[in-house]
Amino acid sequence: MNRELIFKRVAFSSATLILVLLLSIFIMLFVSAKPAMSEYGLHFLVESNWGKIVKIKSDKSKAISQKTKRSADKSDDLFADEDSPMFSDQTMPGNDQSEQVVKTKTIYGGFVPIMGTILSTLIAMVFSMPIAMGIAVFLSEIAPKIIVKPVGIAIELLAAIPSIIYGMWGLFYFAPLIQKVIGGSQISLLTAGLVLGIMILPFMAAITRDAMNTTPDVLKESAYSLGATKFEVVKDIIFPYAKVGIIGSVILSLGRALGETMAVAFLIGSVFKISGSLTSPSISIPVVLANNFGEADPQMMSALFYLAFILFILSFGIIALAKFYFLRGRR
Amino acid sequence: MAKELIMDIKDFSFKYAGAPKPSLMNINLPVYKNKITAMIGPSGCGKSTLLRSINRIHDLYPNNEYTGEINLLNIQKNEFENILDIKKENEFIKLRQRVGMIFQKPTPFPMSIYDNVAYGLRLSGLKDKNILDEKVEKALKGAAIWDETKDRLKESAMGMSGGQQQRLCIARAVALKPEVILFDEPTSALDPISTKAIEELISELKEFVSIVIVTHNMQQASRLSDFTAFMYIGELIEYNKTDKIFLNPKEKLTEDYITGRFG
Ligand SMILES: Nc1ncnc2c1ncn2[C@@H]1O[C@H](COP(=O)(O)OP(=O)(O)O)[C@@H](O)[C@H]1O
Ligand SMILES: [Mg+2]
Repeated sequence: MNRELIFKRVAFSSATLILVLLLSIFIMLFVSAKPAMSEYGLHFLVESNWGKIVKIKSDKSKAISQKTKRSADKSDDLFADEDSPMFSDQTMPGNDQSEQVVKTKTIYGGFVPIMGTILSTLIAMVFSMPIAMGIAVFLSEIAPKIIVKPVGIAIELLAAIPSIIYGMWGLFYFAPLIQKVIGGSQISLLTAGLVLGIMILPFMAAITRDAMNTTPDVLKESAYSLGATKFEVVKDIIFPYAKVGIIGSVILSLGRALGETMAVAFLIGSVFKISGSLTSPSISIPVVLANNFGEADPQMMSALFYLAFILFILSFGIIALAKFYFLRGRR
Repeated sequence: MAKELIMDIKDFSFKYAGAPKPSLMNINLPVYKNKITAMIGPSGCGKSTLLRSINRIHDLYPNNEYTGEINLLNIQKNEFENILDIKKENEFIKLRQRVGMIFQKPTPFPMSIYDNVAYGLRLSGLKDKNILDEKVEKALKGAAIWDETKDRLKESAMGMSGGQQQRLCIARAVALKPEVILFDEPTSALDPISTKAIEELISELKEFVSIVIVTHNMQQASRLSDFTAFMYIGELIEYNKTDKIFLNPKEKLTEDYITGRFG
């Protein structure tokens, strides 16, 4: 048989496999999150309670009838009303005498971890972007050759350190230092965001440097030949030329920061609270997921999957944006 | 017509950082005002190295070594100054505004056509919109590309054809009213029609500037230039009026090269 054809088929099926994988993850997340989605709807995004048990007083007969009705038709409405919880309808023991039953239900909301994720990522980006740009400009334009090599290697090594080590270092050395300088709690959104920023810094700097290095020498020389200074060449030639690559590097770093678990877990405090101050502890989506899967009941499980689904959409959107920029640059 | 010197290269030698031997040895070359001086020679003989010494572009890279003099006429003072003495950044900037350079491949900046031409002017501190407009138009006309660009000045220069881009680069250099323009094989990446346009442009430009052009196309050298320097492995073998070099070379090596026996 034709080798060309076999090659084509293999390549095609590998490509298909990736798509299938992507789709199956999406579907898995969606299906697992579906119960929580129907239960909480979009209100999940703004609900700041997590695992709060609320009591509901109601008629026993009504409760039962509701229960059977629920299991009878599973066509769920997206915004389920308050007194028809799906899972934890449980009769409290010890009040058999009365006809009244105390039911409870547990409310899960994603607001705190979503905000925690967004804020810690934002802090990380605000902190790391200017420094990464500075390092990249230094390495590609200013530093003498003898420095470029070792610093370049150091940056690549830093980028290769597992994030858990950044987390440990952050907890034991960096957070106390920040506390001394800024005050507030060692365990906080701020320290988590900063350590996250430090973690993505080498990655961003390395990719930005590579993007800047693609600027052809003659282009720079042309600008110098018109009387440009080094600063003007960086600003007017290198940044615009490497713009697509630089934006790409920022967006990829952003994607990494959004999904980071370990470095953040050490420092964010795992407290379901979001307060006005950045120096108090909070929690982020990946940390909620990592901490809670072990002992989750079905309802919580579904809520966790809902959170995972939101994280997936966030990251996916950002990477899609990056790809969009890369593709646009190729044109 | 009296010949007036604009530049005088004396005993110039150049060695790249880390290179085992010099790429240029004891070069002596006069450059006359409002004339075209061509540099020819086989690939790797040092033409670009010499050209790039004249606006000190080499100094963007560290540790090159050079000796000798490259004297450039200071028109106000009417005296020669050795550009190899330049050390301060603002003096480099002034030098490069006086000595423009066009490269082998067109090098449009990733910005609009207008901004490309205005770039050097803006760097030199010119801000007035009306004067900028005027100078950009004049430069584009000077580079014979005004008609093609006047309706698309705000469009990106990256969308132009290679020949147009090269003329844009010439316009960009011309806009600064340099005293000398250096061309390093400006047509080697272009098609014959664009090449012809650029050649015509260069011969028109010599009314305003002095020109040094590197080319490995001998027809181009003989068509365009007033003087020709033949170089070979880092040395200047022969320099004379172009017709003398091509019709009656003194050196055997020159004769062999222009008759196509090697190179
Ligand atoms: N950046 C550089 N570093 C070291 N050697 C170089 C460099 N550029 C050119 N050379 C060497 O210098 C010599 C002259 O090169 P060049 O001036 O580019 O020749 P031409 O322009 O005449 O083809 C060649 O031997 C070349 O290998
Ligand atoms: Mg060359």
